[in-house]
This record gives sequence, C-alpha cells and structure tokens, in this order.
Amino acid sequence: MQAEILHLSDLAPVLPELLLAVGALVLLMVGAFGGNRYTSVVTGLCVALLAIAGLMLIVSPNYGEVFNGSFVQDAFSRYMKILVLIGSGFAIAMSVAYARSQNFDRFEYPILILLATLGMMMMLSAGDLIAMYLGLELQSLALYVVAAINRDSVRSTEAGLKYFVLGALSSGMLLYGMSFIYGFTGQIEFDAIAMTLTEERASLGLVFGIVFLLAGLAFKISAVPFHMWTPDVYEGAPTPVTAFFAAAPKIAAFGMMMRVLVEGLGGVLVDWQQIIVFMAIMSMALGSFAAIGQKNIKRLMAYSSIGHMGYAMVGLAAGSAVGVEGVIVYMTAYLAMTLGAFACILSMRRKSGMVEDIYDLSGLSKTNLPMAILLAFIMFSLAGIPPFVGFFAKFYVFMAAVEAGLYPLAIIGILTSVVGCYYYLRIIKVMFFDDATDEFLPMSGEMKIVLGVSSVVVCLFFLVPGPIVEAASAAANTLF
Amino acid sequence: MSDWSILSITTFLPLVGVLFILLVRGDDEEAKKNIRRVALITTCFTFVISLFIWGGFTYENPGFQMVEKHEWLGGAFSYHMGVDGISMLFVILTTFLMPFCILASWHSIQHRVKEYMIAFLVLETLMIGVFCALDLILFYVFFEAGLIPMFLIIGVWGGARRVYASYKFFLYTLLGSVLMLIAVMSMYWQAGTLDIPQLMQHSFPASMQTWLWLAFFASFAVKMPMWPVHTWLPDAHVEAPTAGSVILAGILLKMGGYGFLRFSLPMFPLASEMFAPLVFTLSVVAIIYTSLVALAQEDIKKLIAYSSVAHMGYVTMGIFAMNEQGIQGALFQMLSHGIVSAALFLCVGVIYDRMHTRQISAYGGLVNRMPKYAVAFMIFTMANVGLPGTSGFVGEFLTLLGAFRANTWVALFACTGVILSAAYALYLYRRVVFGALEKESLKAMLDLSAREKVILVPLIILTIFFGFYPAPVFDVTQASVDALITNYQAAIELGPKAIVDTAALGH
Repeated sequence: MQAEILHLSDLAPVLPELLLAVGALVLLMVGAFGGNRYTSVVTGLCVALLAIAGLMLIVSPNYGEVFNGSFVQDAFSRYMKILVLIGSGFAIAMSVAYARSQNFDRFEYPILILLATLGMMMMLSAGDLIAMYLGLELQSLALYVVAAINRDSVRSTEAGLKYFVLGALSSGMLLYGMSFIYGFTGQIEFDAIAMTLTEERASLGLVFGIVFLLAGLAFKISAVPFHMWTPDVYEGAPTPVTAFFAAAPKIAAFGMMMRVLVEGLGGVLVDWQQIIVFMAIMSMALGSFAAIGQKNIKRLMAYSSIGHMGYAMVGLAAGSAVGVEGVIVYMTAYLAMTLGAFACILSMRRKSGMVEDIYDLSGLSKTNLPMAILLAFIMFSLAGIPPFVGFFAKFYVFMAAVEAGLYPLAIIGILTSVVGCYYYLRIIKVMFFDDATDEFLPMSGEMKIVLGVSSVVVCLFFLVPGPIVEAASAAANTLF
Repeated sequence: MSDWSILSITTFLPLVGVLFILLVRGDDEEAKKNIRRVALITTCFTFVISLFIWGGFTYENPGFQMVEKHEWLGGAFSYHMGVDGISMLFVILTTFLMPFCILASWHSIQHRVKEYMIAFLVLETLMIGVFCALDLILFYVFFEAGLIPMFLIIGVWGGARRVYASYKFFLYTLLGSVLMLIAVMSMYWQAGTLDIPQLMQHSFPASMQTWLWLAFFASFAVKMPMWPVHTWLPDAHVEAPTAGSVILAGILLKMGGYGFLRFSLPMFPLASEMFAPLVFTLSVVAIIYTSLVALAQEDIKKLIAYSSVAHMGYVTMGIFAMNEQGIQGALFQMLSHGIVSAALFLCVGVIYDRMHTRQISAYGGLVNRMPKYAVAFMIFTMANVGLPGTSGFVGEFLTLLGAFRANTWVALFACTGVILSAAYALYLYRRVVFGALEKESLKAMLDLSAREKVILVPLIILTIFFGFYPAPVFDVTQASVDALITNYQAAIELGPKAIVDTAALGH
C-alpha cells in the first residue's frame, strides 16, 4: 500500500476519473454560460470524454492503489468500469434522437450522466467504506435529478421524488450498516475488515451491519424486497433516462456489492449467503410472475430487470471465483440486452408521439422486419434461450450455484426462468403472430448503431466467447 | 477422415442456403419461386453430402467417428462433433426428410415465404447438430435453440389455435430441459468435463445417478413424448403447418429416444436399471391409453399425433428392455416412424391443401376420385399398423421381442397396442378413403400431382424396402449397440458399491 502521494505519476490509476471530473466541471461552465445553444456540443463532448476514459482503461490500465488504499484500480474495477462507461455513453447517444423529437433539450442532462458515471467508477474502485459511500452518493444525487429532469411532466417529477425519498432512506440504511461494521470490526478498509474476520461466524453486531448494508445495496440494484420504486421510476422517467437507469447504475452497484462482500466480508460467507439467496429467490420469482400482467413495456422491462438482478445474485450467492466470474459475464450480457431492448423501445415512435404499450408492437414483423427480428433475438436472450448471450450468462451463474451446492436456489431459479419466458414470448408473439398496426417512424441513426452493436454481442457471443469469458475470469480472480 | 470436417459441413450447410435466401430481394412471385428453389437445392445438397457420412462410416467401429474437436467457451467446453452407429442414421434421416418438407410447403405456404424457408433451414442445422454434438453444452445449445424456429413455424404459419399451441410447445419442452441443464452442471462438477465420450467412461455415484437420471428423464420424456407429459404434442401437431408436423413427428420426437440411448443408459446405468419398471409402466400406459384416445379423434392430424405417442411407447419400452433386440428394435422403430409418420402427415397435407379442413367427417369416398392417393395412404397406414412387409413391423416386433425377454407382462400388454393401432388406423382409413363419395365439395378433387408423387414415392419405396430388408440399418447400429449393452451389463454387475469405491479412489 502506498502511504502518500509523492509524485504526480502516483495518480495514474485515477486518471480516467480525474478526466471525467475535470471535464464535467468544464462542460458545466460551457453550458451555464453558453445556454442551451451549446447542448449538442456538450452532449458530443460528454460522449467523447466517456469514450476517452474507456479507451484509457482498455489500452493502458494503471493498476494500483491510491489515497491510502481508498481507491483501488484492478482488473475487476477495470472490467466493470468499461461496462459502465459503455452503458452511460450509449445512454447519452440514445437520448440525442429523443431530444430532437421530444423537445428534451437540456445541457444538464449529459453532464449529470457524466457525474453519475464518475460516482459509479468511484464505487467500483472503492477500497473502503467511506470511499464507497462517497461514490454512491455522487451517483445517486445525479440520478435523482436525472429522474426528474423532465420537470414539466407530472409523472417524471413523481418518479424523481419517489426515487429520491426511497433512495435517501436506503442511503441511510447503508450508512447505518456501515457504522455497525465499523463498530464491530474497528476497520473501514475492506482488506483490514477481512483480516479481523478470523472466526467462522460473524458476531451478532456484524450480522446487523451486513443486513443493513445489504438492504441499502439491494435498493440500488432493485432487488426484492427493495424493488418497489423500480416500475414507477422506469415508467415515469423519460425513456432515455430509463434506458440509462436500467444499465449502468445497476452494474456499478452490483460491482460494488461484489467487492464489499467478497473482498471485505468473504470470511463470513455463510452469514451473508443466506440473505443473498433469499433476495435472489424473491427477485427471480417476482420478476417472473409480476411481469406477466404488464402492458406497458417500460414497466415490463422494470420487472424483467428485477428478475435479472435475481439471476445475477445466484452467482454471487455461490461466493466463489466462478460465481463472481458468472456475475461479471451476466452483467456484460445484461448490458448488451438492456441497451438493445431500449434502443427498440425508444424507436416506438409514431407521428402522434412515443408509444409504450406492448400492443403497439403488433405485427412489427410486417412493418419493420429487421427491428422485429433483432428485438425477438434480444427477448429470446433475456429469456435465456441458447445460442444467445443470455443463455451463457445464466449458465455461468447457475454453474457456480451448483458448484457451491445451492441446488434449491438453482432449481427455483431455473424454473422461474421458464415462467419468465412466457412474457418475453408474448412480446415475440405480438410482433410476429398478430396483425399489423400503424408503422413506426423510421429508426434514427443513433438507435440503429446501439441496436446493431448490442445485437452483435447478443447473437454472436457464442462464436467467440473466449475474450469476454477470460477477461471476466481474470477480473473475478483479483477479488480472491 | 476428420480433416475433411464432414460433420460440420453437413451441419452448417443449410446456413449457407439461408445466406442465399437473404440475398433474394423483392416479394413478388418470382422472388418466392427463387427462395423455394434455393431452399430445395440446399436441402437436397445437404442430403447428398450427408450420404458421404454413411459412405465413410466404419461398421465395425463401436466408438465415435469423423470426430472434430476445437476449443470453445474459454477452454472448459469444446466444440466436439462425431457420430457413432446410434446417431449416424438420425443425421441421414434429418437430411432426408428436409427436402420433402420444402416440397410439401411449395404451394401451401404463400405468405412470408422467405422467413419460412429460413426457419426451416436453421432448424435443420440445429437438428443435425443435436445428433452430432459430443459435448453436453454443445448438445444443449442445439437442443434448446431448436425450439425457436419451431415456435415461429407453429405460431406464424399454423392453424387457428396456433398461439396456444406454440406457447404450449415452447414452455412445456423448455420446462423439461432446464432441469436437465441443472443436471448437466452437477455432472460437470462431479466429472470435471462435459465431453460425452469421457462422461460415458465416468462412473457417477449411485445416489447421484438417480437424480441425474430423473432430470434427464424430465427433458427426454417431454420431448419423446411419454404419457402423461404428451399433451403438448397433439396441439402442436394439429396447429403446425404440414411440414412442421413432419419435422416434429419425424425428427424432434426422436431426440428423446436418442437422448435416452446417448445419456441415460451409458452414463447412469444403475439408475436406468432402477427406473426401468417405471419406464415400462409409462410405455405400456402410453401404448394402450393413447391408442384408445386415437380411436376417438375427429381430427386426422390429432389421430396421427396420438398414434405417434403410442409408437414412441414401443421405443421407450425397447430401449429400457436393455437387450440387443430391444435397443436395435427401438432404433429401427424410431427411423421407421420417422419415415412413416412423416409420410402420413404429408398425406394429410395433400388433402388439407385441397379442402382446408382436417375433420375426418369432411371426407369419405376419396378412393373414387383419388385412387393413387388411396394406395399411398394405405401403404403408410399399414406401415403404421405394423403389417409384416412394411418397416413398421420390424421395429415393433423387435421391441416386443426385447420386452418379452425383459418382462413378459410388459410384452403382453404392449401387444394389445398392435391390435388397437390396427383398429384406429383402419377406422381412419375407412372413414376418409372408403365409403360413398357423397359430399359435393369432394367431387372435384384431383389425384396426386407430379410434385406430390415425387414426395410420396420415395417414402413408399423406403417403407417397403426396409420392411423386407432391414439389414442396412442393423449393420450400422450393430457395433455401437453391442458396445452399449456390454458396458451397461458390466456396470450393473459391478453394482453400486464398486462405483462408490472407484469414485473414492479417483479423488
């Protein structure tokens, strides 16, 4: 560990974060003084900043610890950060077309996403509880505003308020849990906490701390029983915001959860495993059953994402390197599927405006066959049907659960995935078996790119799975 | 042989056809004609190529041949292909039936021809892959992915209740196979590999075998389908377009039987021994009960669907008789049923294309207007009944023989199925073909067209040829079936205790 910063070059691991922080502040100035005229410039520069940060991580990652171990850059954080940056970048790109048609022209929006992304990257690199909380709050505050960005819309403000009140509550619980953990271990750094856990089981106080910590984290990834905000916020927020919410923040929160549980609290696996198993089963079941009755496709995606967080938690419940690897693969697959699905949802546009009902997709295969086919592939992938990426993602997490002997969890999980299949099939049925309704307006270029890129991952993962699986495996091993 | 990669070529050749079809532009008659031609040429060509597999096949070798192995999924699992005496003929059956499916859809499919042909070609790739895969995950990927095109085929081009039927088909079979997936995972952690030849050598602990067997059984019993989980089949058959029914009956059902022979018997011999009485019971119930149900059907396709369930009962009975006659008979029965039931559905398709109804009561006296059709339909009906001289007889007889050696009572009850099958098949034939030609609408019906003759004549020849001379099939399967039985008997004699000991030593 490095005691203090002696040279500027010691800051190399934080370079991408520094770039985003400085960039966000500069762009804020540009926006504040230039006004909405500069929105497109600011948006473009935001995407460019995210892309540069991503390239820095891909091309020359500087592994190491900075700020007395509060900030850790390793293969795990690198992989997850790249996912987050992709999620944020594509989310901004998708909002551009929406902004054009829906009069949603605010320079604050991309900057807020940039700040949220910065928070997510700090969450993923957090080496102690304080840094973790700081990252989380930076992310959350930006997200509260983003949820209510369409301030003239009652639904959007309601969504923002709901998200804020419940989010603040969860942050409180998280903080409360952290204080317990600190109180009963005397440490805030993950490494140091792990050192103190010499006994098989955690003390009662520590268990209390873990429960509150997990409650706070479960809210962020919308795991049952802390999922209630998800359908309302998904439905209420403007669709590009929903697309953003569905991908990057969940990946970041999940990555943070993995780090704190595996690296910090890995010694008391038995104590948190039961909580994760419970949440996983509840999330998978609720995600599958509650989605059946949904008519609004954004609400449906909300329940679908609750279910997917449940599946990812199956891998985490195993608490092994294989499990973490599975979760990382799952997050990759989830990102691709979510972005692709939202690119389609954002293209559900008629002359009268955006539509969100599932039955608006009726007969899409007759009016826009390529979009129908790709969306059908994404739906099959979400349902976990091979050869799409969703199957392999599920395969890896369930594989880990089976290795850990969690058979009931694996069996319940896989049965709920069959139930979940029903509503994904319904979308395919609506598109392919039903009669056509009015055509949608043509897809914009940005959406085509997002849909194309994510479809490539979804459909062709099975051809060259090697690089992703190996990178995920390397990332997972750094936590052990 | 392996440097030629013939199995991969056969498997993925239909996808080349898909590429060509994607290149066809436009939606007019000319484009449709081109699409049909491309599909037909692709399937015929695939069939010809697949014959080279048979040509290069060594009859004496009981192991896997024409093996290909490449790294896949980060090294833990591999792209491993190969065929042995059990799987090889299924590959040929698949490629053989596909051109008929395309021909059968020539005129009956008029909308979305492009998507239809693509779905069929993709399905062909996936079905061949199922029979060639020698890695469990690869097998599972092919096995499950096959649901997608079939779901679309039933749902888009099916009959009135197509949505219900396609959902039922998809969810039913998926529910069965996900349990198998869990079993596959625990096999991986137990054996350290998912390579099928290696798994066949591995001895699983007896208690584990029980659970694994049940999980695999859930999948294959649904696919087969065995009573009482057969209810998806009549719905799927009735609603599917003719070619879809042909593929369902001809090939998809065979995956269940193939699965039993490939996985359940060699990998879980102790559990197979233990559960054989259960399978016998279910098979006998299937044979008798579904035959009786078939008697009461008003819908031609539904009747044939129920008769398929009954015939699959013979297959499971033969497989779990665990002797040479039983297994050889089961294999032969599957191949024969693949030809005969496919042909029956094609026959139904012929009159459905003219009348657009499958109700038995809508027909009658067809022999007056369609003598050639009546002959073809009769030959297949007789083969379905199992008349000596048709391929249906050989399989049924051998499975009964095998069952008789294993358990006399089972054979006794199963024999009643022969009588019942004669009852429902002849009753159907009488109502459709004989009788007075009274209905006005039937009086204008034309006999078989040239295209329909091309479809039915080869199937008639094969049905009768294999009825008289089944040796070509048995020569292929002999060595592999012998090896299967020898290994099985050895494992049974070692008993559960020995397996635990060797497993303990292994660790």
